[in-house]
Amino acid sequence: MEKWYLMTAVVLIGLTVRWAVSLNSYSGAGKPPMFGDYEAQRHWQEITFNLPINQWYFNSSDNNLQYWGLDYPPLTAYHSLLCAYVAKFINPDWIALHTSRGYESQAHKLFMRATVLIADLLIYIPAVVLYCCLKEISTKKKIANILCVLLYPGLILIDYGHFQYNSVSLGFALWGVLGVSYDWDLLGSLAFCLAINYKQMELYHSLPFFCFLLGKCFKKGLRGKGFVLLTKLACTVVVSFILCWLPFFTEREQTLQVLRRLFPVDRGLFEDKVANVWCSFSVFLKIKDILPHHIQIMISFCFTFLSLLPACIKLTFHPSPKGFKFTLVSCALSFFLFSFQVHEKSILLVSLPVCLVLSEIPFMSTWILLVSTFSMLPLLLKDELVMPSVVTAMAFFIACATSFSIFEKTSEEELQLKSFSISVRKYFPCFTFLPRIIWYLFLISVITMVLLTLMTVTLDPPQKLPDLFSVLVCFVSCLNFLFFLVYFNIIIMWDSKNERNQKKIN
Amino acid sequence: MAALGIATGGGNWFLALALGVTLLKCLLIPTYHSTDFEVHRNWLAITHSLPISQWYYEATSEWTLDYPPFFAWFEYTLSHVAKYFDPEMLNVHNLNYSSPWTLLFQRFSVIFTDGLFVYAVHECSKCIDGKKAGKELTEKPKFILSVLLLWNFGLLIVDHIHFQYNGFLFGLMLLSIARLFQKRHMEGAFLFAVLLHFKHIYLYVAPAYGIYLLRSYCFTANKPDGSIRWNSFSFVRLISLGLMVFLVSALSLGPFLALNQLPQVFSRLFPFKRGLCHAYWAPNFWALYNALDKVLSVIGLELKFLDPSKIPKASMTSGLVQQFQHTVLPSVTPLATLICTLIAILPSVFCLWFKPQGPRGFLRCLILCALSSFMFGWHVHEKAILLAVLPMSLLSVGKAGDASIFLILTTAGHYSLFPLLFTAPELPIKILLMLLFTIYSICSLKTLFRKEKPLFNWMETFYLLGLGPLEVFCEFVFPFTSWKLKYPFVPLLLTSVYCAVGILYAWFKLYVSVLTDLPVSKTKKQ
Repeated sequence: MEKWYLMTAVVLIGLTVRWAVSLNSYSGAGKPPMFGDYEAQRHWQEITFNLPINQWYFNSSDNNLQYWGLDYPPLTAYHSLLCAYVAKFINPDWIALHTSRGYESQAHKLFMRATVLIADLLIYIPAVVLYCCLKEISTKKKIANILCVLLYPGLILIDYGHFQYNSVSLGFALWGVLGVSYDWDLLGSLAFCLAINYKQMELYHSLPFFCFLLGKCFKKGLRGKGFVLLTKLACTVVVSFILCWLPFFTEREQTLQVLRRLFPVDRGLFEDKVANVWCSFSVFLKIKDILPHHIQIMISFCFTFLSLLPACIKLTFHPSPKGFKFTLVSCALSFFLFSFQVHEKSILLVSLPVCLVLSEIPFMSTWILLVSTFSMLPLLLKDELVMPSVVTAMAFFIACATSFSIFEKTSEEELQLKSFSISVRKYFPCFTFLPRIIWYLFLISVITMVLLTLMTVTLDPPQKLPDLFSVLVCFVSCLNFLFFLVYFNIIIMWDSKNERNQKKIN
Repeated sequence: MAALGIATGGGNWFLALALGVTLLKCLLIPTYHSTDFEVHRNWLAITHSLPISQWYYEATSEWTLDYPPFFAWFEYTLSHVAKYFDPEMLNVHNLNYSSPWTLLFQRFSVIFTDGLFVYAVHECSKCIDGKKAGKELTEKPKFILSVLLLWNFGLLIVDHIHFQYNGFLFGLMLLSIARLFQKRHMEGAFLFAVLLHFKHIYLYVAPAYGIYLLRSYCFTANKPDGSIRWNSFSFVRLISLGLMVFLVSALSLGPFLALNQLPQVFSRLFPFKRGLCHAYWAPNFWALYNALDKVLSVIGLELKFLDPSKIPKASMTSGLVQQFQHTVLPSVTPLATLICTLIAILPSVFCLWFKPQGPRGFLRCLILCALSSFMFGWHVHEKAILLAVLPMSLLSVGKAGDASIFLILTTAGHYSLFPLLFTAPELPIKILLMLLFTIYSICSLKTLFRKEKPLFNWMETFYLLGLGPLEVFCEFVFPFTSWKLKYPFVPLLLTSVYCAVGILYAWFKLYVSVLTDLPVSKTKKQ
């Protein structure tokens, strides 16, 4: 590797940007009584350090679940405990039971930011570097790819600005993708189990993993090697789950309580302003108030299931690493758009697999990643992170545009729409304008995003509609996401035909 | 949007590099800023709210205006934009005033004026014909030079974290160098004259400009052996040069001459009342001298050669005070430093006169002037090392020997800037940026000169690697030891002594290479 120094430089740029963003404000800074996610993470350290493990998820006089109660799976709790030990070593006040509530100081902020950077450095960044290095592209492209993935603004802003540990769960998921793509299936499934056990939202990715591994087993023949593989995989998953949950398996009530905390179905169809279908649709019709609760769940389940079914079936019967990555994107998008109780930050689960296909479809990926960052604008605005958001988004855009020259990659072939267009052309011979339409859509989308951002930042919303801008942002992003869902389903469904055609040509 | 569109052309890497670093600068807005922030805010207020006659007399704030008039006019211009951001910052009596809009305005004014620097780098990268190398973009001298200048670590932290306006000043300097390379001498001289009236620290390199213009511009021809042909002297050129410099100076100092304030202006510009060394010791010859004095006094005390009661207290408890009192070695006067500086500069200037080697020779002389005055000057700031580092970047992509000197000089010089940023949140940033720049510069230049002999010998490698443990000791180990209270100056002392050794070595090596280099045959006949 002659150009390792460029790779080091690129990683260092990524780290510098991360730390520079972390100098900004965090969610709920100086906003009592509830503060924000930063306080939540600190509170979890306090809880896990001071209470016995069987009280972590239960409401008690020492653990008020209404005040940022622990609602993530056990691995998050263990991570909090680990951080708490370090915090205890530096300054015990940071995690003192009860008295440390709403603790804020420069030193503590520095400590919390450092924990994020360390977790990122240990899990997510190595996975990105390894993933890009293993790709079969030129060294130059590999370095460009690492740069773009590491500069993705959404993750940086949420982890280092807003404050969360998404890089841990996404990093584990990425290790999982790496594993199963390169036939280290057991390692891959182990990593993915860790991801789910860190953050239950990783379930968005679980179906493609399941279908891909199942498809692999089918391919090897369920009566021979495939069965062995299937058994091994099942054992890996079961064992890793049991190990993660061991302290909570002592009593039935413990397990149930943790599950209840993880899946709070009674919290409603959506919270705040999310760029998914339900929230955007409620502009016209308030489904949340009209329909009874269980019907909402049913509807969202049906929509989610139907929208991801074709891609998953396709993946099961034609498992390929490339199809796997595309299916990850479309499944995560389906979940984000249609499922129950979605947070705006869940869009990061879509962004991760999109980052993975950046070098395959640079134009579309850049577009999606920009929209995904834009969709979190209301949240970022609330956290006073507009300035770093705009700067990192521009940096990301420039990085992608220069290293992949995305604007030259808008032909049918580059968009992976060749086989789709060919099949449409059988019925409409004049169907040649698709790339141009996509190009115009891109322009419209970018201009809308820029204008909306400017309006949100500079104008005050009318008094009657205080949420006007955030609803508009969500609505626009949702339209974009719906379009991306269709696009990804098209390229997934027409993928193998393309391969077969190529084989014929060969 | 249009600019972004051009950046995407794939071939237009320069714009991408410039935009990238500009965005990085924007990210650095919320970082720590030093008292220089207040200095410049105060100057904005002075120039905005007071008549010219008061500019160099106003002393409400301790940060009086001590830059030449053009810089004052520059602040005056800025202040007319500033009033739209926050008029409160333009009040002379609002000491230490800061608001989000003030911060934003001041930071953006630095970022915005850096546009000149970007343009200058673009011009420089055009006129430097570095070593021909591979087809790969990242191995082209132009690309490497652009990165070395645009992403320069020192400039980034001094301007965009610590807060100063060096970017556009160095832009002027690089632009004037580029003009000299392009044989547009008058323009180059004009730019430099203007620069001098922006910030007088550039006087250090004025000898190089003077001699070069006199020798290679006013004398239009050489004898075949490269020596001077006296009858080729062009009076027209000399007079036009002189007239231009005079006009620029008249424009700058004229109003103050009319107001009869010149002595006051000069007393502000050259405050010889300050100490030999700046608050942090700049890593120069005097740092070594002071350190030697300290070591000797400690030894003297141990061996009872010195009487403890006679030793000034300040010198033993702290190195942080501005006035450093020598205990063993003789104290240094401003005149002594001036003589030392002149002696150090002379050989390089002689070299420029007797062995003219075109613009490259001029550039070498300029760097030697900058370095010599850094080594021996009075009250030198550690930031002044940039005066040598940036022009040296131009040389580094040309020859392996220069590259090796550049790397030692830059790495040591940049490391010596570390004490400028002492706050914890900025610690990761300075380390990451330093690593980024150092790794990139070393490896890219190594790749560029891979076919020649290695850039470093074992001693130099050892020296550069030693910076790592030094940093670990100074910032991670020392604060947790019991010496922290007793000897708080030790990290600063170690840093400046260690860096002084490197910079002294680089200075010496560059001098040797200039004096022993005899490519007379290569000199082009003009």
